[in-house]
Amino acid sequence: MATTLERTTRQARTKPAIIDCDIHNELDSERDLYPFLSDRWRTHLMTYGMHGPSGAIYPRFTNRRADAFPPSGREAGSECAFTSVQLLDEWNIACGILNPLTGAGSQLNPEFDAALATAVNDWQVAEWLDKEPRLRASIILPFEHADLAVAEIERRARDPRFVQVQFTGRPREPMGRRKYWPIYEACATHGLAVMSHAFGSGGQPITGCGWPSFYIEDHVGPSQSMQANLISLVVEGVFERFPTLRVVSAENGFAWVPSLMWRLDNTFDLLRDETPHLTRRPSEYIRDHVWFCTQPVEEPHRPEDLRWLMEQVGIDHLIFASDYAHWDWDAPDTAIPARLGDDVRRKIYYDNALALYGDRLMG
Amino acid sequence: MARHVVGRVEEIPPGGRKIITVAGRSIGIFNVHGEFFALRNRCPHQGGPLCEGLLWGMLHARVPGELEYTRAGEILTCAWHGWEFDIRTGQSWCDPERLRVRRYDVHVEPGDTLAADTPVPGKVPGPYIAETYPVVAEGQYLVIEVTS
Repeated sequence: MATTLERTTRQARTKPAIIDCDIHNELDSERDLYPFLSDRWRTHLMTYGMHGPSGAIYPRFTNRRADAFPPSGREAGSECAFTSVQLLDEWNIACGILNPLTGAGSQLNPEFDAALATAVNDWQVAEWLDKEPRLRASIILPFEHADLAVAEIERRARDPRFVQVQFTGRPREPMGRRKYWPIYEACATHGLAVMSHAFGSGGQPITGCGWPSFYIEDHVGPSQSMQANLISLVVEGVFERFPTLRVVSAENGFAWVPSLMWRLDNTFDLLRDETPHLTRRPSEYIRDHVWFCTQPVEEPHRPEDLRWLMEQVGIDHLIFASDYAHWDWDAPDTAIPARLGDDVRRKIYYDNALALYGDRLMG
Repeated sequence: MARHVVGRVEEIPPGGRKIITVAGRSIGIFNVHGEFFALRNRCPHQGGPLCEGLLWGMLHARVPGELEYTRAGEILTCAWHGWEFDIRTGQSWCDPERLRVRRYDVHVEPGDTLAADTPVPGKVPGPYIAETYPVVAEGQYLVIEVTS
């Protein structure tokens, strides 16, 4: 159902400013990318289409908020002006980070993947960043091919509106593996964070036990793949090698982080000689280098347990994300409950993201 | 309890809906198989526009594999997260112990009754009567009652 919006500033004056770390800008169709592709790759796209490994399940009836389709009839989340009004104005979002999920980054043809990533980033600049000063974006990369990915990082790094690079939830190898290190080196050099956004697959199932039957299994599954990525980043020594690297986990939940840190630390104490390149306990790397987006906020059965849970993760490393315009988004005013107090809410809604992204966000 | 005329019956055919603002509240009026229902257009979960969501039925499985689909068109799902509410009662089927959406009675009344003179409480008719023209109130209208 298309929604007609009236621009109003009434709301904005009475709500605290928010930094939204996960906004989805969508293609209405792949035709949106034609102006940003060379003749060679546009012809390739039109002739052969996109081909990646099978991956996340998005049921066609629930993948967008039903009230987020613009009057033009285009896809929800595909028009900058509509997103500005329905999300940024409505909730007083001072700054929002775009995460397009387009198929770029997981194409089987490496050179096409690189061309597609470049096109998506050019599209983000022309259709989003140049039109809306409150927006920032993730750099889309052909991340399975480090040489091509680094070339794309070099192409974008001077534009401060790009705040991080984006990995999909299940790359072809766990994120700490050596093949990805040149990407991390480039990110550390340019002060870019590395985001792993849930879903998307290099061919791996969402579980470590194979392919499940139902969408609900896919939807709650990313905690598993992000645990695998995080363990890998820590024990491969990525944070020893690149001590300024920052990693952001989006849409993967956070309630599992404390138990992972406990288990890792205990086992590390017993097996230190296997990974002598680590100079600190695993939880210390996670606490210093990794931030977690809130959406979807975990909801303990006893609501009062949420604060304890957040303290175990580290309240300074939780950053608000709405996931607009997906169906499971979190409304900015209700996502972080008032019972957590103004101090905690201000950190999660604003201060933590500012500290994490720094000048690239507000410079 | 104020009565509000919210539209003509023909405006909302079976399966249709109309979202209106009455006394500062956004309210959705629905025609389900010829019966009219009205619910507050605000989901108690996160405040989403409930009445812009899909209308469908209830799917049960008494035992795994035996599916039963009932009450087609009577279950309203929020436009944001798909929380389900009974269009007849406003009852939530997502968290039925705690949640319910405000519902309003919808009456169908003939226009000539609605247009008839009605006394205004607390007011006395003044001495002057302006020139008037007859207004024909044809057809059936939808009326809801809202506590102000």
